[in-house]
Amino acid sequence: MNLSALAYDLRMDAVEIIRAGKAGHIGGDMSVMEILTELYFAQMRISPEEAEDPDRDRFVLSKGHSMEAYYAVLARKGFLDKEEILKGFSQFGSPYIGHPNNKLPGIEMNSGSLGHGLPVCVGMAKAGKMDGRDYRVYVVMGDGELAEGSVWEGAMAAAQYHLDNLCAVVDRNRLQISGNTEEVMGLDDLHAKFRSFGWHVIDVADGNDVAELHQAFEEAKETKGKPTVLIANTVKGKGSPIMENRADWHHHVPTDEEYERIMADLQAEKTRREEA
Amino acid sequence: MEKTANKQMICRTLMEAAREDRNIVALCSDSRGSGSFAPFAKDFPEQFVETGIAEQNLVSIAAGLARCGKKAYAVSPACFLSARSYEQCKVDVAYSNTNVKLIGISGGVSYGALGMSHHSAQDIAAMSAIPNMRVYLPSDPLQTAELVKALLKDEKPAYIRVGRNAAEPVYQEGEYSFVMDKASVMRDGRDVALIACGEMVAAAKAAAEILEKEGIGAQVLDMYCVKPLDEEAVIRAASQVRAVVTVEEHGPFGGLGSMVSQVVARTWPKPVVNLTLPDAPVIAGTSAEVFAYYGLDGAGIAEAVRKILRPDGKEA
Repeated sequence: MNLSALAYDLRMDAVEIIRAGKAGHIGGDMSVMEILTELYFAQMRISPEEAEDPDRDRFVLSKGHSMEAYYAVLARKGFLDKEEILKGFSQFGSPYIGHPNNKLPGIEMNSGSLGHGLPVCVGMAKAGKMDGRDYRVYVVMGDGELAEGSVWEGAMAAAQYHLDNLCAVVDRNRLQISGNTEEVMGLDDLHAKFRSFGWHVIDVADGNDVAELHQAFEEAKETKGKPTVLIANTVKGKGSPIMENRADWHHHVPTDEEYERIMADLQAEKTRREEA
Repeated sequence: MEKTANKQMICRTLMEAAREDRNIVALCSDSRGSGSFAPFAKDFPEQFVETGIAEQNLVSIAAGLARCGKKAYAVSPACFLSARSYEQCKVDVAYSNTNVKLIGISGGVSYGALGMSHHSAQDIAAMSAIPNMRVYLPSDPLQTAELVKALLKDEKPAYIRVGRNAAEPVYQEGEYSFVMDKASVMRDGRDVALIACGEMVAAAKAAAEILEKEGIGAQVLDMYCVKPLDEEAVIRAASQVRAVVTVEEHGPFGGLGSMVSQVVARTWPKPVVNLTLPDAPVIAGTSAEVFAYYGLDGAGIAEAVRKILRPDGKEA
């Protein structure tokens, strides 16, 4: 399966998990899926066999609420078992909670509270530099998350330490729980903000396009002396018109009818991409 | 042992260890001077990380380093470390279970007349409330060095609070054997147990000496391990005396006094008095002046003991 179709297959897994647990953050799960797919299936040196290898690439999902998308990826990658996730997600006593839980294989750090991932990854990248290891560190943040001041503390430090082994991705879907990011707390000009903090900035015009993401991640690898941020323009709720670009689908759990519709839309898109 | 600030002992002990272990990393938030860590930064530039005045970043970076095999010592004034970066301590250190040792320097009222922003009279409560966070307040330089050596051997989170000033030695080299997570019983006595931590141990010892002259026997327990509290030591003490008095450089809620009271109430009910700073901005002054004002010196503690042993308030 090509990565573009795989992202849709994984979307179906995520929606299934949400339905099983009657919980989750579907909008962000859908917008971030190509980013995770490209990272886990094309970019990162990471697998269950090398889960504790000191040279593995590091990944932190700073927008921890996109956990169902992350579960789908970790299961497909062989870290977790999808059936176990479906049985346990959001259930009493289960380790499969709504945010990253590093008691589970494949998850480096706990998150959930926003604005932590970038500074933590600065530490991981700094450790790599100190030890002369060539692993890379990836962090995925939401755009609403960027209102947290700690993000910018981390951004300053990453440039100060010349962390070219660090690559941040902003899932720029332009919606947060209360509405449009620019109305809640404006971020634009986001590119200029990161640039002024000393980062190499790559605009990914379509952040739901794996080919475009691939090119951007390759450019990040080639960028020396400074960290890189991908501003990936994505669509919240990507994959089905009933949830696309709708803030009220931030953590909406689909009804039976909506579920059928979403799965049909995702399946159709997956098939189309497989045949493309 | 000569009079040395506990924070200096932390730096010295880490420098000794850092020579052998390149995974030991110290981080400061523009606090290498106040934290006495300038020598570490100078001698081990490759094992030192400066984060600037950004305590949240300090703690998160330390956690990231630790997740990649580093033994991270994050050094910052206790007032900021325990409040500004509280969530990073909770999530990135305790919850993610990273090997970060949080060194809160100039704790309590060390900063004297700088005001409430610089006092940390809530840090024991705050840090103790976090699951998987240990809390230590060593009393003197010798104990501080031993504590750091013990912490270097484990991979779990901890918060260590020390004062700014040169601490009065309460132990003599060769006469003290440190046991991790066990209170040190410094004096025996059958009338009252004085349970103290940090710089208040010296004050409790002074109080016990005053009381001895009056025929009042005071045990002194150095409870440097506030969490995990040495409950056995508390129960043993409570079972042997008429009353328990706790002494700490901290506000009245959630500190050593609260924890000791919980244990005594549950196991061996006896009157307990908690000597603390007030639930109010602390008066301006040097540490010594502040302690004397709130009865947290030898004379003040002795007076509190007399009162509790004579409920009518008459002098013993």
